[in-house]
Amino acid sequence: MGEGARFSSVTQVREGLASVGYLADDGLAGVVYLADRLGKPVLVEGPAGTGKTELAKSVARLTGARLIRLQCYEGLDESKALYEWNYKKQLLRIQVEQGAGWEEIEEDIFSEPFLLSRPLLEAIRATEPVVLLIDEVDRVEIETEALLLEILSDYQVSIPELGTVVANQIPLVFLTSNNTRELSEALKRRCLFLHLDYPSVERERAIVLAKVPDITEQLADQVARIVRSLRSLDLKKHPSISETLDWARTLVLLGIQSVDEATARSTLHLLLKYRSDIDTAAKELSVATSEASASVSAAASSR
Amino acid sequence: MLDVLTGFVSELRSSGLPVSVTEAADAAEAIRHLPLEDRQAIKYALGATLVKSSAHWRAFDTAFEVYFSMRGPQYDIARDDDLSGRVEDTDGAGSGAGRGRGRGEGESGAGGLEMVSAEEIAAMLYRALRDGEQAMLGAVARLAVGRFAGMEPGRPVGGTYYLYRTLRNLDLDGVLARLIGEARASVEGGRPMPGEGDGEAPVPGPILRGRELGHLTPLEERLLEDEYKSRIEELRREIEAEIRRRLVADRGVEALAKSLRKPLPEDVDFMHATREELVLMRRAIQPLTRKLQARLARKRRHLRRGALDFRSTMRHSLSYGGVPAEPRFRHPRPAKPEIFVIADISGSVAAFARFTLHLVHAIASQFSQVRSFVFIDGLDEVTQIFERSETVTEAVHRVNQEADVVWVDGHSDYGHALGVFFQRWGQDVGPKTSILLLGDARSNYHAPEAWVLKELRRRARHVYWLNPEPRSYWGSGDSIIEHYSQFCDGVYECRNLRQLEAFVEHLV
Repeated sequence: MGEGARFSSVTQVREGLASVGYLADDGLAGVVYLADRLGKPVLVEGPAGTGKTELAKSVARLTGARLIRLQCYEGLDESKALYEWNYKKQLLRIQVEQGAGWEEIEEDIFSEPFLLSRPLLEAIRATEPVVLLIDEVDRVEIETEALLLEILSDYQVSIPELGTVVANQIPLVFLTSNNTRELSEALKRRCLFLHLDYPSVERERAIVLAKVPDITEQLADQVARIVRSLRSLDLKKHPSISETLDWARTLVLLGIQSVDEATARSTLHLLLKYRSDIDTAAKELSVATSEASASVSAAASSR
Repeated sequence: MLDVLTGFVSELRSSGLPVSVTEAADAAEAIRHLPLEDRQAIKYALGATLVKSSAHWRAFDTAFEVYFSMRGPQYDIARDDDLSGRVEDTDGAGSGAGRGRGRGEGESGAGGLEMVSAEEIAAMLYRALRDGEQAMLGAVARLAVGRFAGMEPGRPVGGTYYLYRTLRNLDLDGVLARLIGEARASVEGGRPMPGEGDGEAPVPGPILRGRELGHLTPLEERLLEDEYKSRIEELRREIEAEIRRRLVADRGVEALAKSLRKPLPEDVDFMHATREELVLMRRAIQPLTRKLQARLARKRRHLRRGALDFRSTMRHSLSYGGVPAEPRFRHPRPAKPEIFVIADISGSVAAFARFTLHLVHAIASQFSQVRSFVFIDGLDEVTQIFERSETVTEAVHRVNQEADVVWVDGHSDYGHALGVFFQRWGQDVGPKTSILLLGDARSNYHAPEAWVLKELRRRARHVYWLNPEPRSYWGSGDSIIEHYSQFCDGVYECRNLRQLEAFVEHLV
């Protein structure tokens, strides 16, 4: 495997992603590069709103591939994920040819025209380049995970009546997980693991600058810093990148040049979604932490 | 390279990471595609192939830093001499005789650095933090370690002590206060603090750039402080890396990896956790409870042992021409147990009690009722505190302050505590109640009053005891677990989060 060679170097991946509006750090670009080289799926894990799904979309945009998305949910099964026989068409086919022998009909109704492909099979059978996104894989039951194993390791699907369908080309596969449960060892073993965390101040500032039109550099800087301070607090839910972007857009719309406490407090509900979190944050942001300010004021008075 | 890799993989395995053979092979394959001199790229390649859980990243990181610490271009030993040449100094009077004693001649590369005086390092540190220059921070870290850590070759230590010693000498809190003070002064008066200005106009951090004079608002001050704190954190990491690099040079990779090996958060022993480990455990318990909750809810939903639902079966049989091909079942409604947690919160087992209370309350929805009691030698009910508090962390904090648990001297007395429980809440214990006792049963030679437990067991559904001590210690010294265990439905050793999680799942 690994004849894909869509990318020639890690730098190329990173620059390519940046050109489609996704700012990757080195680790992330490296994993995407390896995924292409080794022909392995990538399992992306991390808190909500850190750009897991966006990564797959951006890679698709970058490579000019079609994005095939399988949204996972509890109760997802074979007929929704892999393939299904088109029963109604099969019934019609049987009724049309009353006289024919069973052998002949059987051969006929279990053939390609009667097969409905679902996302996974579709990705395998595609002739053009595709990116397969299996979203929120932690939502399916542990038994259903097994459905994915064959396709992830060998890029093939076995259909008892038809035989094995092998991929024409190896698609780039991304699986995302919010980590609500431990995924099975078998699944993890087949994937490259990428943990997406909240970005550093510098990267977040760059993201804000890239994604929010008409924002000044100074405001973007301030936004990124305030968000970092918020993330260091003990909150129920920390602000995600998408919430940061929403906040920055709002500030731009309101025509705010620089954030002061009053604006911060009145727009905090865009960043934080719990009453108690908003209270904590408003309190924390308007007072510098005690011991440092105490020592500073001591220093100031001695001056 | 392959040798290093196999050594590295076996080191990961001994830290408890499950690394399979295929994963190791993937890692070997992965690094073939990357330039070997790019240390960061190799790290991510290994991380992506070998580590499959973010909780294991820390253990991986430590092992990686040790195994590959000498192999980056920026770590050339030659650079040390370079550096010492640049900051050549003549006196070196500050190095005390006692501190210098242990350092042998064998320590390479560090010799010249010790000549720099403490004041110079402090000034460099201040500048580096103020300007946030990466290279400068690294240089300061090297100098500081050479000057203050006082490393002795051959000692089998992990370096924590050296880190502490270096940081103590740098007085980072003082530097932080000074930095903020300077920023404030420059905003208010547009001039540097006296004594520190080195001629040029001060640039107090990027936040205040282009700001007109006035007063520093609390928000700005807060942001400034967070910025400096993150720089200090970076410096700390640099220092740690530097110490590790020297230790590797001194003692070799394998030996150091062994003494640095960090247990995974779920394997840390409650009784012997350091403060840092407790913080990590507290962070680990959040996703753990969430997962446990999801798993339990799912289990409950998929349990198929309900009675046959006759009406639903008939209704569904219509699509099969009246043949009841698909039997339908009622959703089972398993009895939700009532839980009484009685926890010893005396010093020795406090951490354990805290985590267990945290876990039980976090999945309170799985029980019909949770009531908590805490004791040392007196006993008090704290259910209210948990119900009124926003977060469990806050609740635990308040329990420590508000609960009335000391009766005589504040040493554990299991007998008396159980007696009080029986007297005041004994009548609430009914056939639906499961009692969970947490403690090491070290009662300081007080009377065990085991009859209380016998009586409780007669009334309650189950009585379980969780003991955070290793099983082999039970019954030694003042441990009276033996007296109690005969009246319990189960006594479990519960030394780390993994065992605790397994027990709670079993309980539900």
